[in-house]
Amino acid sequence: MSTSALILIIIVWTLVTLITGYFFYKILTIKPNPEPDSYLDNDQEEHLKN
Amino acid sequence: MSSTSEAGWGSRIGLVLAMAGNSVGLGNFLRFPAQAIDNGGGAFIIPYLVCFLLMGIPLLFVEWSMGRFGGRYGYHSTPFIFQSFHKAPYWKYFGVFGIFTNLAVATFYCYLESWALSWAYYSVTGEFTGMNQQEVKQFFTDYIALGTNQPIIFWLICLVINTYILSRGLSGGVEKVAKIGMPLLLLFGIILAVSGITIQAGNSGAINDGIVGLNYLWTPDFSSIWNFDVWVAAAGQIFFTLSLGMGSIHCYASYVKSKDDIALNSMSAGWMNGFVEIVLGSAIIIPIAIGYLGIPMVEEMTSGGSGLGIGFAVLPSLFSNWGAFGIVAGVMWFGLLFFAGITSSLAMGTPVMAFMEDHFSWKRVPAALLFGVMILLFGIPCVLSQDAFNEFDYWAGTVALVIFALIEIILFAWVFGMDKGWKEINLGADIKVPMIFKFIIKYVSPLFLLIVFIGGAPAIWENATKDSSFYGILARILLLFLFIFISIFVYIASKKIKSEKL
Repeated sequence: MSTSALILIIIVWTLVTLITGYFFYKILTIKPNPEPDSYLDNDQEEHLKN
Repeated sequence: MSSTSEAGWGSRIGLVLAMAGNSVGLGNFLRFPAQAIDNGGGAFIIPYLVCFLLMGIPLLFVEWSMGRFGGRYGYHSTPFIFQSFHKAPYWKYFGVFGIFTNLAVATFYCYLESWALSWAYYSVTGEFTGMNQQEVKQFFTDYIALGTNQPIIFWLICLVINTYILSRGLSGGVEKVAKIGMPLLLLFGIILAVSGITIQAGNSGAINDGIVGLNYLWTPDFSSIWNFDVWVAAAGQIFFTLSLGMGSIHCYASYVKSKDDIALNSMSAGWMNGFVEIVLGSAIIIPIAIGYLGIPMVEEMTSGGSGLGIGFAVLPSLFSNWGAFGIVAGVMWFGLLFFAGITSSLAMGTPVMAFMEDHFSWKRVPAALLFGVMILLFGIPCVLSQDAFNEFDYWAGTVALVIFALIEIILFAWVFGMDKGWKEINLGADIKVPMIFKFIIKYVSPLFLLIVFIGGAPAIWENATKDSSFYGILARILLLFLFIFISIFVYIASKKIKSEKL
């Protein structure tokens, strides 16, 4: 494999994978907003709490 | 405002996967690698990433914000989302593009999707087993020439599947499919990419290592960066891949409440699409095709920037070199294309349904049926003729996207105002959006879009005035009729809104 292709692949693939992973990690770990929020799945839980 | 108030997303991850599914389509795996080869190999990634930063990301912010803003007033389709940004009555007619494009693109896209479904079925039943490359090519040619009734059957099955899922609603239908389809797509993509890259010359009939294909695709020809056409191709690919300028992003985002984030959501979905395209999309068809066919043949097949030929007419015969795993690979490849396709076509159905639900108080099931019937009727010319297919693709899938994007960014950044727009983007944001994007959205992206539009104007004129076959002309008439038809419905809806307010 040519050096220029190898450098380009390593930089671009690493960058894209890390950025995608970072944003996705944040989506999965960020604390949800208090109800009422936009999402229906947790509505019942909140309703039961109240 | 009708039944849509009950609609919504089940979870944040479901919304992000559905939005990523909207973007990830057949183009990620077929069009991107072919475009890259056609436009300077690895150097194509430079204009591609610049277009992503200067046009893709800003438009993602704009479309998500506009959708959420319109949803606040109970609007979930672009005619009245646009109207909510400015009271001048003509804005809603610009918003017609956001329904028109979805319907028009869905007509031919569902047909493509049905190819993936049928090829997955043929892979399971072993239809391609023992076929050489010429025989698979002939099979493909006969198939699209409607040599049998099977293309029609699979197309109808596809329409029924789409209609049924849409009738189940956002959280009960679209989101569930995205939650199953996207992880499977990623899994299949990773397995196929590893299989493609690790092909070894001399094994199972391969004439090159898989790495040779990767090297060919990624070796940069930096002189291509100075070619204007390469930039237009990169901008076109960004539009196509992110589903920008369609109105489907607005619709999905309109179910997000004001206090909930759109900045992180949009980046997460947009970059996931980037990962699938840049990493997986570049590591499957080209390494496999070059591994078994060599560079000259692949160059010939990708000229014109479409990977459809390799994807459908060549890969099945190459998979047969992998023995028993070849059948699994065929199912994974066409299953992956089908999941990529259906998550996109479902997104095309939701704005149409939302419009009927919002403004004509239709229930979900009849609204989904309306979408299915319209796709069936308008899709017939695309199934019968390649000319009609190309006309739909060009006018709705290319020209309309740029026009719509240019209009929406002017409305958002200049008419609504960038200061208010910036606040809208940052409202409830879970990430800090860099200030530079305020400048980019106001000045750079509109200029970029204007250059793309003006640069493409001669080609648009040439296409508008060129002769075509009966089906080509019919397609143009149908597209015009569709736009006028939707505009009339928008007019009736606006009268209804006015009378309700009195």
